[in-house]
Amino acid sequence: MSTMTFGRAINAGLRRAMENDPKVVLMGEDIGKLGGVFRITDGLQKDFGSHRVLDTPLAESGIMGTAVGLAYRGYRPVVEIQFDGFIYPAFDQIVCQVAKLHYRTQGAVKVPLTIRVPFGGGIGSPEHHSESPEAYFTHTSGLRVVSVSNPQDAFVMIQQAIASDDPVLYFEPKRRYHVKGEVDEGVDLGATSMNDAKVVTEGSDVTLVTYGPLVPTAQNAAIAASDDGISIEVIDLRSLAPIDFATVEKSVRKTGRLIITHEAAQSGGLGAEIAASITERCFYHLEHAPVRVTGFDIPYPYSKLEFHHLPDLDRILDGVDRALGRSNSLSSRSGLEG
Amino acid sequence: MPLNNDADATQDELVQLIAPNGERRSNAAYDRWVSDVDDAALQALYEDMIVIRRIDAEATALQRQGELALWPPLLGQEAAQIGSGRALREDDFVFSSYRENGVAYCRGVDLTDLLRVWRGNASAGWDPYAINMAPPQVIIGAQTLHATGYAMGVLADGADSVAVTYFGDGATSQGDVNEAMVFAASYQAPVIFFCQNNHWAISEPVGLQAHVPIAHRAPGFGIPSVRVDGNDVLACLAVTREALDRARTGGGPTFIEAVTYRMGPHTTADDPTRYRDANELEDWAAKDPIARLAALLDARGLLSAEVADSVKATADDVAARLREGCISMPEPQVLDVFKHVYSEPNSWLDRQQDSYEQYLKYFDSADADTAASNSSREVNR
Repeated sequence: MSTMTFGRAINAGLRRAMENDPKVVLMGEDIGKLGGVFRITDGLQKDFGSHRVLDTPLAESGIMGTAVGLAYRGYRPVVEIQFDGFIYPAFDQIVCQVAKLHYRTQGAVKVPLTIRVPFGGGIGSPEHHSESPEAYFTHTSGLRVVSVSNPQDAFVMIQQAIASDDPVLYFEPKRRYHVKGEVDEGVDLGATSMNDAKVVTEGSDVTLVTYGPLVPTAQNAAIAASDDGISIEVIDLRSLAPIDFATVEKSVRKTGRLIITHEAAQSGGLGAEIAASITERCFYHLEHAPVRVTGFDIPYPYSKLEFHHLPDLDRILDGVDRALGRSNSLSSRSGLEG
Repeated sequence: MPLNNDADATQDELVQLIAPNGERRSNAAYDRWVSDVDDAALQALYEDMIVIRRIDAEATALQRQGELALWPPLLGQEAAQIGSGRALREDDFVFSSYRENGVAYCRGVDLTDLLRVWRGNASAGWDPYAINMAPPQVIIGAQTLHATGYAMGVLADGADSVAVTYFGDGATSQGDVNEAMVFAASYQAPVIFFCQNNHWAISEPVGLQAHVPIAHRAPGFGIPSVRVDGNDVLACLAVTREALDRARTGGGPTFIEAVTYRMGPHTTADDPTRYRDANELEDWAAKDPIARLAALLDARGLLSAEVADSVKATADDVAARLREGCISMPEPQVLDVFKHVYSEPNSWLDRQQDSYEQYLKYFDSADADTAASNSSREVNR
């Protein structure tokens, strides 16, 4: 066990993956000498050489397309997208090539690509630096999408993502990069699966589902709610595509209430998918309609307003009150929401 | 808006070894790249071109007869595809668009595999590693990046294979093609950009894509380029060999613009009479790639009736096998629709497949009557 920051844990995981497999190559903008704008690849070019840690020209589609070519040649590229909002030039290559090549070639060509994306807000940045684009990718067949919430998972799941023969988008909550945690570097990678959700706080009254940056917020909400005698079960999804609905369903059958929180906009988002799927699976166990606490359907706002957009502890607790039929911000409204 | 045809203005800079009338033109820079091409090799190139034109005609007929949903003809581009395709080594790797059936033929593709996509039986006709050629790319220009990445891998492996990517004049407007050239130049990747400027991107003339010869763009990226008569099979062979040699010996990428002409439609669904002048087609028919090689062979006494008959017999045999392969192609199985989306199990898709299997079984069961009535209720809703 050692204590390390979230960012350092990813770095350690990348290092381990590169040591274990010479076909693992890192590609991205500024990831070499600089170690990336967030320093996640710090020291890796120095130790593994510029043929394994490639500073690329500033062209995201170019990075993704050449990574596909390297995969054709038997490599296992790990691509860093510098910020969430810069991924869109690569969208065509991801959706039309990365996601479909295995299906297109009936399994002949594997694309064991890992696409690392620092995502989410809360860091006071200008436009395009704080987005949560995960739903575009969870809607795309052929991709796996994961998001990590703590240093231990970050260390393990980056290696699992790289080891996967399927393409994986690995969403890193950039505002948590400096959070420290215990990391067991000797853990057996095969003992867990990145596809499995994890109950991170046990509870009995409400199931609160989230992932990535909002997991600690949700856990704090559970602590705060316990002061009012409310027991919240928090689930860290970890995998966003596919979602481990069995774990969520099991919890909802117990609590009868489902809340989903994410930073991404609400409409057409993952919250809708989770609400629909859980309603299909255990409708008669629900005591209340699923509640979504999410970012608004707006372009990511300028930083002085971003904390109105981002779900926080109080908005989550208000959602919990709604799910429990307690007095809440919408109680005075007619309709079902109260 | 000036949409000038660029080809004629710069005709004299084209590498040409066989004139449209079949005369062999000497070329100090490029003759040495084809000095080994003897009479038999010339006859073989002729046969290749006849055969792929025959494949093209047969596939077009199969589409007209309802056996294929669509076909993208290469009529007129035989020299560009055979000349370049025959220059490659087995361990080179091709990343092409959907029109390079002639190149696929050179790679040794199984004839039936050429048709799987167009009959709707598969999304790719062949295992790319079996013939070292990626499946036809439909997204315009996307494959140029794959070739460049593959070449970066070749470089990292210390090998001397070359990635060759084929695309059209329209593709040169795509960001991916331009990004591919940036990456190829940066890493000095062993990749050849083989652009068949066939003058038309469906209905858009090449002048809409470029106001200078397309080959002139590459030097701006730091990539040497050459403009070749794309209807001259020998010249296409020569420039491709030169580019391959450069790539194999650490010289990095080359851009080849093969100036040719799409004599047919974009695909069998297209109608070129809506947008192009019949005179233009006539002008290019006079520069036909097969006719000019035939003239050269004839002048050298290499195209006797016996040779011509033998070539025709080969082409007819290929066409017959193509037709037979098409018609006897087994239908895909229903549950194949779920296969190979992922390499590893996926709980979402597994559940959907399971439900669909149940659904299919439901109609096969003793409850068929109930199912049928449910079905009509669904339809009427």
